[in-house]
Amino acid sequence: MRAMLLAFLAMAVIAVGADILLDLIGFSTQAVTSGAAVRSG
Amino acid sequence: MIKTFCRLLILALSVAPLAWAPAAAQQGGAAEQPAPRASTGGAQTLEDILARQRGENLDDGFRREATGDPARAAGIAAQLGTLGGASDSDVFRALRYGSADVTVSARGPATDVIIQDSGMWWLELRKGPLLIWGGWLLAAMIVVVLVYLSIRGPIRIEGAKTGRSILRFSAIERFSHWLLAGSFILLGLSGLITLFGRFALIPIFGKDFFSVIALASKWIHNNVAWAFMAALVMVFVCWVVHNVPNRADLIWLAKGGGLFSKHVHPPARKFNAGQKIVFWVVIVLGISISASGLSLLFPFEMPMFAKTFEILNALGLPQLFGMGELATEMTPHEEMQYAQLWHSVVAFVFMAIIIAHIYLGSVGMEGAFESMETGEVDRQWAKEHHSLWYEEVVAEEQEAASREAPATPAE
Repeated sequence: MRAMLLAFLAMAVIAVGADILLDLIGFSTQAVTSGAAVRSG
Repeated sequence: MIKTFCRLLILALSVAPLAWAPAAAQQGGAAEQPAPRASTGGAQTLEDILARQRGENLDDGFRREATGDPARAAGIAAQLGTLGGASDSDVFRALRYGSADVTVSARGPATDVIIQDSGMWWLELRKGPLLIWGGWLLAAMIVVVLVYLSIRGPIRIEGAKTGRSILRFSAIERFSHWLLAGSFILLGLSGLITLFGRFALIPIFGKDFFSVIALASKWIHNNVAWAFMAALVMVFVCWVVHNVPNRADLIWLAKGGGLFSKHVHPPARKFNAGQKIVFWVVIVLGISISASGLSLLFPFEMPMFAKTFEILNALGLPQLFGMGELATEMTPHEEMQYAQLWHSVVAFVFMAIIIAHIYLGSVGMEGAFESMETGEVDRQWAKEHHSLWYEEVVAEEQEAASREAPATPAE
């Protein structure tokens, strides 16, 4: 049971970490395909 | 390198979709049809339009290349001189076939594609057959599982439980499994919400609330995907050694794994043939769905299908299926559309198989869930379902015991 709970916790950590990391390196699908990125500047 | 790898993976799994790849994806396979276009001044005829609607291959060079000629432009002061040798129709054809020199104010990848009419084919397929057939596949698998449960019932431990357990899965094995399982379920649910939400959820929840659900699903799908990919690697490393096919698998398969008859327990090592099939399906489909998922996650950055189709054409696989050559020139959006379709088709097949796996790993077999929950199984369970593995474990235990036992002095 502990391995299962740890895995679910790791899943959440990886997901949040991936989101933050992609933002930090300047990439997110949201930013690339919508909003200011596609408006003429 | 990564791109080549991904392309090869897609290639390996591309035989199935070739069976339903649309005629629009083929080019040059059928004989060109001469059309009496003199009567239309070179424009397409009714027969051309009907042939296209029937999905026939048609040499559309007469349209593709009819994009005007600046050299034939009238003088700037003459009538229509400002058109520069290209009529409105010429300009729209150039836009449609991607040969127009386009400058757009919008920034971002592929924003200079103004018209992409193959997108309609994708949209129709995504709205209709993909949802219908995918939905039916999942429903059919659930029905099969329920019918199997009602006929066969849960597979019980037949002998008396010993009350003594042995370790079947280590902590890292269980962690990897649950990381993969948890991420797969979240990805499956969020993917289904994305695919079916507009039709199934908006009528129930309304557009405002659905927008919240859809945004959350998108975030989950995009980010939990990394956990899935990491878990896929972990599971592969943990279990690939135990999933190499051997002769016992043939016996197991010949006896149907004892799934369809009681008191039958074909011998198996740590994993039986059925589990090995699930393992390799998970690995192959997992890699394929990850490749197409990455292509979708980074829009227009990882196009794969044109190159894949090129390789397939070179191998002659489409011709084997009686098809013409597959399209090797695609607009960036077409690449994304193929990635989306392939991702969804693989996902439906994947989910259908995992439904059966979840059944057998939970209510379908006594003791199966415990093996992945605590990592331990009753010795009787091991003896019945994985007798060869049980013998190996017992032999190892005896060997370890004999090593630890104090040496008896000779008399």
